[in-house]
Amino acid sequence: MVGIITYGVYIPRFRIKVDEIARVWGANSDEIRGGLGVYEKSVPDLDEDTATIAVEAARSAMARRSIDPEEIGAVYVGSESHPYAVKPTACTVGEAIRATPNMTAADYEFACKAGTAAIQTCMGLVKSGMIRYGMAIGSDVAQGAPGDALEYTAAAGGAAYLIGNERPIAEIHHTCSFTTDTPDFWRREGQNYPRHGGRFTGDPGYFRHVQEAARMLLSKMGASPSDYDYAVFHQPNAKFPRRVAQVLGFSAEQVKPGLVVPRLGNTYSGSSMIGLAATLDQAAPGDRIFVTSFGSGAGSDAFDIEVTDTIQDHAIFDQAKAPTVDSLLQDPVYLDYAQYARHKGKIVMQQ
Amino acid sequence: MSVARFWRKIPQRYNLIGTRCESCGRHYFPPRSFCPDCRRGGKIVEYRFPGTGKVVTHTVIRAASEQFENTTPYVLAIIQLDEGPRLTSQVVAKPEDVAVGTRVRSVFRRIMADGESGVIHYGTKFVPVKSEK
Amino acid sequence: MRDVAIIGIGCTTFGEKWAASFRDLFVEAGSLALKDAELSGEHIDAMYVGNMSAGRFIEQEHIGALIADYAGLSTRHIPSTRVEAACSSGGLAFRQAVIAVASGMEDIVVAAGVEKMTDVGTGVSVDTLAGAADREWEGFMGATFPGLYAMIATDYMHRYPLTREQLGMVAVKNHRNGAKNPIAQFRSEITLETVLSSALVADPLRLFDCSPITDGAAAVILAPLDRAREFTDTPVRVLATAQASDTIALHDRRDISCLDATVVAGERAFAMAGLPREKIDFLEVHDCFTIAEICAIEDLGFCKKGEAGRLTEEGVTALNGDLPVNTSGGLKACGHPVGATGIKQVCEVVQQLRGEAGARQVDGEIGLTHNVGGTGATVVVHILGVT
Repeated sequence: MVGIITYGVYIPRFRIKVDEIARVWGANSDEIRGGLGVYEKSVPDLDEDTATIAVEAARSAMARRSIDPEEIGAVYVGSESHPYAVKPTACTVGEAIRATPNMTAADYEFACKAGTAAIQTCMGLVKSGMIRYGMAIGSDVAQGAPGDALEYTAAAGGAAYLIGNERPIAEIHHTCSFTTDTPDFWRREGQNYPRHGGRFTGDPGYFRHVQEAARMLLSKMGASPSDYDYAVFHQPNAKFPRRVAQVLGFSAEQVKPGLVVPRLGNTYSGSSMIGLAATLDQAAPGDRIFVTSFGSGAGSDAFDIEVTDTIQDHAIFDQAKAPTVDSLLQDPVYLDYAQYARHKGKIVMQQ
Repeated sequence: MSVARFWRKIPQRYNLIGTRCESCGRHYFPPRSFCPDCRRGGKIVEYRFPGTGKVVTHTVIRAASEQFENTTPYVLAIIQLDEGPRLTSQVVAKPEDVAVGTRVRSVFRRIMADGESGVIHYGTKFVPVKSEK
Repeated sequence: MRDVAIIGIGCTTFGEKWAASFRDLFVEAGSLALKDAELSGEHIDAMYVGNMSAGRFIEQEHIGALIADYAGLSTRHIPSTRVEAACSSGGLAFRQAVIAVASGMEDIVVAAGVEKMTDVGTGVSVDTLAGAADREWEGFMGATFPGLYAMIATDYMHRYPLTREQLGMVAVKNHRNGAKNPIAQFRSEITLETVLSSALVADPLRLFDCSPITDGAAAVILAPLDRAREFTDTPVRVLATAQASDTIALHDRRDISCLDATVVAGERAFAMAGLPREKIDFLEVHDCFTIAEICAIEDLGFCKKGEAGRLTEEGVTALNGDLPVNTSGGLKACGHPVGATGIKQVCEVVQQLRGEAGARQVDGEIGLTHNVGGTGATVVVHILGVT
């Protein structure tokens, strides 16, 4: 049965508070914080980018389980902020985890669900017997235009999942997707910042696709929300995942462990994948996890996951060998807006 | 640095690939294909340094050369890897958190880029181990 | 092997010389040296020119030929050689010239040094100087030249009793000497407070711990000792020449705070001269950074490791001390046109031995020059004495 062999997460140590961003633009920070349910977001260091984050997440995954990197047959990195428009992040990651040269690779873009699309691809390659292991990564150093609503939540982080079918720590019973051509949020080639359709991103965007994909999966599995121990949804803010959970029939308790956005922000391609990691960090054998990602443009990938005994078999998988999501969220270093702007490259430097 | 020159040393820059002489046990970084101690009696094999070590000496660079101008101030250090070889690298930390003897581990970071349109050079820096959560 | 003497010296002023080109600098120094030796160009048999990086500073190579041409010697077709060993290019050019005369290959040989550093911006200068270190494994990781010496300082101050104030006193002393040197880039004294409050360049080194970017040239003329008095009444004898190498990267050294190449070159020089250290009356050492002077005094064996700071504080190395160091003002105050420094050091010792050092005159019959390339990968030491 195909599933997750190991996983790893990386979150940079810098943060900026929503209140600090609001201060600069003269906005009401109580309203913003209350409206979004987000307190602070992660910010990359001056020498970090999507590639370095992807490598650290992948290396963390490799640290937890003894896998011969040469057996990794595919590396896919999903992001909206690949360092190059042409030259795949996946090649750099492949080299850094020593999986090269006998592997296939490519970069994915599908807004915030590029990483879960990579998981699905790896599942197909493993299930068909084409590869033994595939590394699927969602990583971003997300940008929000200065003064725009997205600036409060656009964060940095990534998660890596090694997919295979030999003693997975969690089996992926099924995945299905709901995809349409919906222009809720986009960024044209060459533009620094994305644009969005405001309130249009809600019902026609996020809610429609998450709900449709989720219902498709529940129907296919013949399951109902109460059959699951946990649910993880894409987290552009804290409100959307809580609302969609409620609409679908999931409880607040099921959603809680995977809801990382209040202290992290929206890591775009890393979002639902880091949420899943936070859930796995404390899951027990037999736990069933329901995951539905969302990427603008638009689409949702839903997964039915069941944790196996292997997750607690220290001889095979040692979670302690890499930091948990919770530990990565501790001891942050706070920046003011000027330092944040410097870190995010928002200051126009002399060429 | 030209693309070829950077590419040639990627295994060293990304993964600290050096060598080890199986005859005398000495480690080398950057790799040596010939053991100066054992000479023809040596048996050299590839060795990947896990990247743990300690700070031997350090400074804070405040006036950098062009490619590093926008990242000052940064900590530069000579680090001794646990297996013996020393190398020069940056330590990602506040200057006050780095001292002679500080334990460090390797991380993957951007070293520099060839301007806005050129190649990005990635490589290995270090972080103090005490700041681990 | 014949004995070698210096029969003429010449030095341009050192500083930011906007009006002078690379060629102008050399011609001026060469002319001064010829005048000093009362020679004309046709007496010259060969030339050695120390220059670190004309290729990057003025995009010009083939310096040996260029210099011979602009010295007006193209029709003489003399052998002219560019010598490069980073910041010890000048000292090494002098050594090559000494060897040429001592071997009997050549009789009258010019040893010169020249560097034109201000035709490029500071960013390019700083990066060019970093080429004296290991580009691949130090420069590429973000090391700068001051950064490498700063790491020497951190290591040194971790292990030996050197205070930040004592380190600053090296700069104060050299500026005091430089104020008395007509060719020096900086002709004013500074206070310790100025040094200690100047901007940090690479902790713990501050702006005033660092030698400057400088244009300048210097030249000396060598002859076999037994012919020296044909040209001058005050020949100076080369008692020893020595050179040593070490790893290019600081991280590969045996001891970060001890320049083994200085120790070895020093020992070789004393052995060749057949002299104990006590006979040396004054030193010109390579103070590219204040910490470098501290290490130089110790690594040449004039005191134990850890003591040079105290010696400086007690005034032992001052102009009126028992062992004056850097009477010229050193690299710090006199300036450091890279390839020229090693030759300038020789010029200073010669002026001292001749009694021509004016306000900075010290007593002495034997002087030593110490020129370092990079963070100690090349060291050249010479011992000169009155005849």
